[in-house]
Amino acid sequence: MAEDKIRILVAKPGLDGHDRGAKVVARALRDAGFEVIYSGLHQTPEEIVSTALQEDVDIVGLSILSGAHMTLIPKIREMLKEKGAGDITILGGGTIPDDEKEELLNMGAADAIFTPGTSTEDIVNWINENVKP
Amino acid sequence: MADKKMFDDDKLKNIKEENKKWKKEVYDAKGKERDINFQTISGVPIDPLYTPENIEGMDYEEDLGWPGCYPYTRGVQPTMYRGRVWTMRQFAGFGTAKESNERYRYLLSQGQTGLSVAFDMPTIMGHDSDSYMATGEVGRVGVAIDSLADMETLFDQIPLDQVSTSMTINAPASILYAMYIATGEKQGVPKDQLRGTIQNDILKEYIAQKSWIFPPEHSMRIITDIFEYSAKNVPKWNTISISGYHIREAGSTAAQELAFTLADGFAYVEAGKEKGLDVDDFAPRLSFFFNAHNDVFEEICKYRAARRIWAKRMKEKYGAKDQRSLMLRFHTQTAGCSLTAQQPENNIVRTAYQAMAAVLGGTQSLHTNSMDETLALPTEKAVKIALRTQQILAHESGVTNTIDPLAGSYFIESLTNKLEQEAEEYFEKIDALGGVIPAIEKNFFQQEITDAAYKQQEELESKERITVGVNEYIEDDEMEIDLFKVDPAVEENQKARLAKLREERDNEEVSNTLNALKETAKGNDNLMPKILDCVKAYCTEGEIISALKEVFGEFKEDPIF
Repeated sequence: MAEDKIRILVAKPGLDGHDRGAKVVARALRDAGFEVIYSGLHQTPEEIVSTALQEDVDIVGLSILSGAHMTLIPKIREMLKEKGAGDITILGGGTIPDDEKEELLNMGAADAIFTPGTSTEDIVNWINENVKP
Repeated sequence: MADKKMFDDDKLKNIKEENKKWKKEVYDAKGKERDINFQTISGVPIDPLYTPENIEGMDYEEDLGWPGCYPYTRGVQPTMYRGRVWTMRQFAGFGTAKESNERYRYLLSQGQTGLSVAFDMPTIMGHDSDSYMATGEVGRVGVAIDSLADMETLFDQIPLDQVSTSMTINAPASILYAMYIATGEKQGVPKDQLRGTIQNDILKEYIAQKSWIFPPEHSMRIITDIFEYSAKNVPKWNTISISGYHIREAGSTAAQELAFTLADGFAYVEAGKEKGLDVDDFAPRLSFFFNAHNDVFEEICKYRAARRIWAKRMKEKYGAKDQRSLMLRFHTQTAGCSLTAQQPENNIVRTAYQAMAAVLGGTQSLHTNSMDETLALPTEKAVKIALRTQQILAHESGVTNTIDPLAGSYFIESLTNKLEQEAEEYFEKIDALGGVIPAIEKNFFQQEITDAAYKQQEELESKERITVGVNEYIEDDEMEIDLFKVDPAVEENQKARLAKLREERDNEEVSNTLNALKETAKGNDNLMPKILDCVKAYCTEGEIISALKEVFGEFKEDPIF
C-alpha cells in the first residue's frame, strides 16, 4: 500500500518578492519527505485557495514579508472555510511581530507562525507532531 | 619585456622555502588549530598566513594604480574621504507622503546628507492604492505614491536643487522619475539641476528581487529610453543603480553578487550601444549598489575587484574613452539578511562592522540598517543609532585618514584577485548560455542563488557557522524592543486621497495622454516625454502601467525551489 504523505502548498500571497525564506522552507520540507508544491510569487488569496483545493493539500504555508499578514492570512483562512476546507492547517512565516503573531493564533487565522531565526527542523517537527495526512 | 613584478625572484624563492619550513616546523609542530573550517562566509578557503608568494605576479601600475586613476582598484576619487566623507543616505519611507515628508525633514535636520525613498509594494509593482492587489499593503514597507500629487507632498519644503535623492524603484522607475522631474519643475528647479538616482535595475528583479512587471525586452527598452532622455535633459542624474544588494539578500555568495551584478551592468551597456547611443554618453551615469555582509575582508575585496573588472572591460571590450565611464561608483547597504530577530541590539554591532567594510572598500554612499529591521520598519531611535554609527566611523575611527589603507596586504590583494577570477568564470558561463536575458529565462541565476541560500541554512542548522543569539549564545529570556507600527488608517486615507484626485483632475487630458503613450509604446520613439505628459496630467501610476501592459504584456516566472 502506498504510504500517505503530507501534502504542503508553500505560497507567497500579496506583492512582495522576497522568496528566499519560502524557497528554503519548501526545499527543507521536501527533503524531510513531504510532498511540496510551490506556487510562486504574487498570488491572490483566490489563487492560493484554488491551488490548495485542486492539489488537495493538508497544509498551506504562507510567507509574507510586506506587512500584509494581518490582512492576508485571515482572509485565506476565511476563504478556505467557505469552500469547506477549514481543516487545512495554515502556517505563517515572515517578518511578523510577536504581538501580531499571538493575535493571528488567537483568532484562529493560523495554526503556527514561524518567524526569522526558526530552524527548518523546528518546522518539520511541528508538522510531524500536529498534522496527519 | 621589462620586469614589472613587485618582488625580486631570488627573494621570492627564498620566501617560498622559508614559508614551507615555517609551516612545518613552527605552525604545525608548535601550534594547534581550532576544529572549524577556515573560510570566508561565501566558502572561499582561507590560509593561515599570506605572504608575497600569494601575489607574486602582481604589477602595481596595472593591478592597483592610483586613486582616481585607471583601473581604479584603489578608489574612484583622487582624495577619497580626505576630500569628503561618503554620503550618509538612510533608506526611509512609510505610510503616506505626508508622514514620509516629516521623516525626511527630521533626517536632514539630524545631519543626513541625501534622501533615499522606500516605496510601498503597490507602488513598486505598479498598482494604485485602491487596486485589489494592494489590499493590506498600502504604506507598509514604504511610502504610497499614486500620482504627482503625492510626489509634491513627499518633497514639500525640501529644495530639490539642494538635496540628492535616491529612489528605490525598478519596474515603474520611468514613472516615478517623471514625477520627480515634474515636482522639480513646480519648485522652479530646472531638470539639469536635479541630482539623484533611480534604481531602475530590472535585470536583478528577474534574478533576485522579483518585482517585475513587463517582459525583459520591453523593460530594457524603457531603460535605454531613460538613458537617452537623461543624457540630453537631466545630465546629473544617475539613471540606474545596478544592484548586487538584492542578489546577496536572496542568498548569493560574494562572488555571485560581484559577477551577476557586473554581468547585468555589461548587459545594460550592450543594450545602450545597440540602441545606437555612444557608450560615453550614458556610461558615466551608471552607478552600482552593493551589499556589505559580515565577512569584513571578503567584502572589501569584492568592492576592489568590482572597480577593477568594470574599468578594464569598459575600456577594453566596450571602447569607453571618458574616464567617468570607467569608474565604478557605488552605494552600499549593510546586510539586512544578516540581522537577527534574536537579541536585536546585537545588530548594531553587526551593522557597524559591515559599515566599516564598506568604507574600507571605498563606497560613495552608505545606508546602515537599524537594529529592528528584521522585525518591522525602524523606529526613529533605531534609525538615529544607525546614522550615528556612520558618523562615529567617519569622525572618530580614523578610517578616513588615508586612501585604500589595506592595499598591499598579501591577503587583501590575493583575495581581490580570487574574487575577480571567480567573476570571470561566471561571465564565461553566462556567455555560454547566450547572455544575461537567456540565462534568466533558463533560471540560471535563480537556481545558483537558491542553492547557495539553502547551503547557508544547512550550515546554520548544523552549526558549521555560528550566528550569535541564533544557534549559539542563545538566551531564553529575549530582550524586548519597541517596534514601529504603521497605522492601518493609512490605507483608507490614501484611498480617499486617490478618489478625490480622480474626481478633481481633467479626465479628458488623462485619457488623451494615456492614448498618446500607448501609441508611442507601439513604435520606437522615446517613451519618457509621453510619460511626463501623463504624469503632469495627474494620471495615476496604475493607469500608466496598465496602458503600457496593454502593449507590452506581463512577465511570468517559472517558480523553482
